Amino acid sequence: MLTWLLTTGLLQLILAYLATAGFAVILNIPRRAVNLSGWVGAAGWLTYEILYQTLPVSVNGKLAIGNLVAAIVIGVTSGLAAHYKRMPMIIFNIPSLVPLVPGGQSYRVVRNLVTGQPQLANHYLGQVVIIAGVIAIGFLIAELINQLIFGTGRRAQGH
Amino acid sequence: MHRIATNAGYPDMQVFVLLTGITVSLPENETSQVRAIHRRGIDLEKVDQVNSLSRRFAATEIDLDGFYQALQQVNQAVPTFPASWLCVAAVVVSVTLMVAFTGHLTPSDLITCGLAGGAGFAAYYWTSELGTIRFVNEFIGALIIGLITLIGNYLTAGNYHPDAIIIGAVMPLVPGVAITNAVRDTMTGNLLSGPARAIEAILSACAIGVGIALTSFFY
Repeated sequence: MLTWLLTTGLLQLILAYLATAGFAVILNIPRRAVNLSGWVGAAGWLTYEILYQTLPVSVNGKLAIGNLVAAIVIGVTSGLAAHYKRMPMIIFNIPSLVPLVPGGQSYRVVRNLVTGQPQLANHYLGQVVIIAGVIAIGFLIAELINQLIFGTGRRAQGH
Repeated sequence: MHRIATNAGYPDMQVFVLLTGITVSLPENETSQVRAIHRRGIDLEKVDQVNSLSRRFAATEIDLDGFYQALQQVNQAVPTFPASWLCVAAVVVSVTLMVAFTGHLTPSDLITCGLAGGAGFAAYYWTSELGTIRFVNEFIGALIIGLITLIGNYLTAGNYHPDAIIIGAVMPLVPGVAITNAVRDTMTGNLLSGPARAIEAILSACAIGVGIALTSFFY
C-alpha cells in the first residue's frame, strides 16, 4: 500500500492536478483560482483512487463509495478554498469534479448502443446513474458539513 | 440575486430561474421582467466578477447605477483565455485523464491522444464560434477525434489502444458535469431545470457517441 501510494498514487495526484487545472482553463475560471482548484481536484481524485484500490467490494460498490467520499472531500475542500479566496464555491468544485463525473461512461452508453452492444450500454448506463446520484448526495453532505464549519446556513446559501 | 435586491431595498423580490429563462418580479412596485436565455454555457470568470460586484454593492462601495454599468461591462468585456491556450488545456486534460483512467503509457497512445484531444476541441470551438446550431459542434469534434484515432490505428501496427485514446480525447467535450448538475438540481427541488439540464446532457452525449461510432465501424 505504501509503495503504491508513493509511485502510482503520486503519479495519479499529479495527473489529476494537471487535468483539473486544464479543465479550469477551458471553463474560463479566474486566473488566480486555477492553481487552487487544481489541488482541490487532485485531493478528490486521490481519495477516490485510494478507496478504489483498498475497498473489498464489487466494482459498482467501489464506484459508489469512492465517488461518494471523493465528492464529500471535494465539496468540503472547495468550501474552504472559497472561504480563503473569497470566491464562489462553484469556481472550485466544477473543475475538480471533472475526473470523477460520468462523462466517459455517458459517451460509452451511446457508442455501444449505436454499435449494437446493448448489454454493454446497459452496464455503463448503470454506472452513469450510480456515479451521478452518489456525487449529488456527496455534495449535499459536504454542504451540510460546510454549514457546520462556517456557522449559519444563510452565509453559505448565496454562494 | 436575492442579496442584491435586499441590499437595494426590496426584501420581497421573487426570482424564478429556469434553464431557458429568468423571471424577476417586485411585488411592492407591481413590476416584473422576463429574460429568455438562448446561449448557455459555463463561464466561471463571469460568476466570480458578478459575485465580487455584489459584495462591493453590499458594502455600499458602489451605488445601484454604478452596479448596473459594471454588470453591463462584465457581460461585454469578460477576460477570456485565448483559443490557443484552450487547445493546450484540452491536450493536457485528454492526455492526463487517459493515463489516469486506463494506465496506458505507450508513446503512440500519448501522442495520438494529445493530437486527437487538441484537434477535437479546436474543431468544437471553431464550429461553436461559427453558428448557433447546437450539438453539431460536439458531433464534429467527436468525428475529428474518431478520424484521428482511426488514422493512428493504420499508421501504428499493434501496441495501440484506440478505446483508451478515445476516452481521453473526448473528455474535454463530454457532459459529465452537466449530468451531475442535473441530478443535483433535481435533488435540491429544482424540478424544472434539473430535467431540462438532463435532456441537454443526454443530447450532447448522443452527438458525441454517434460521432465516434461512425468512425469506429472501421476497426
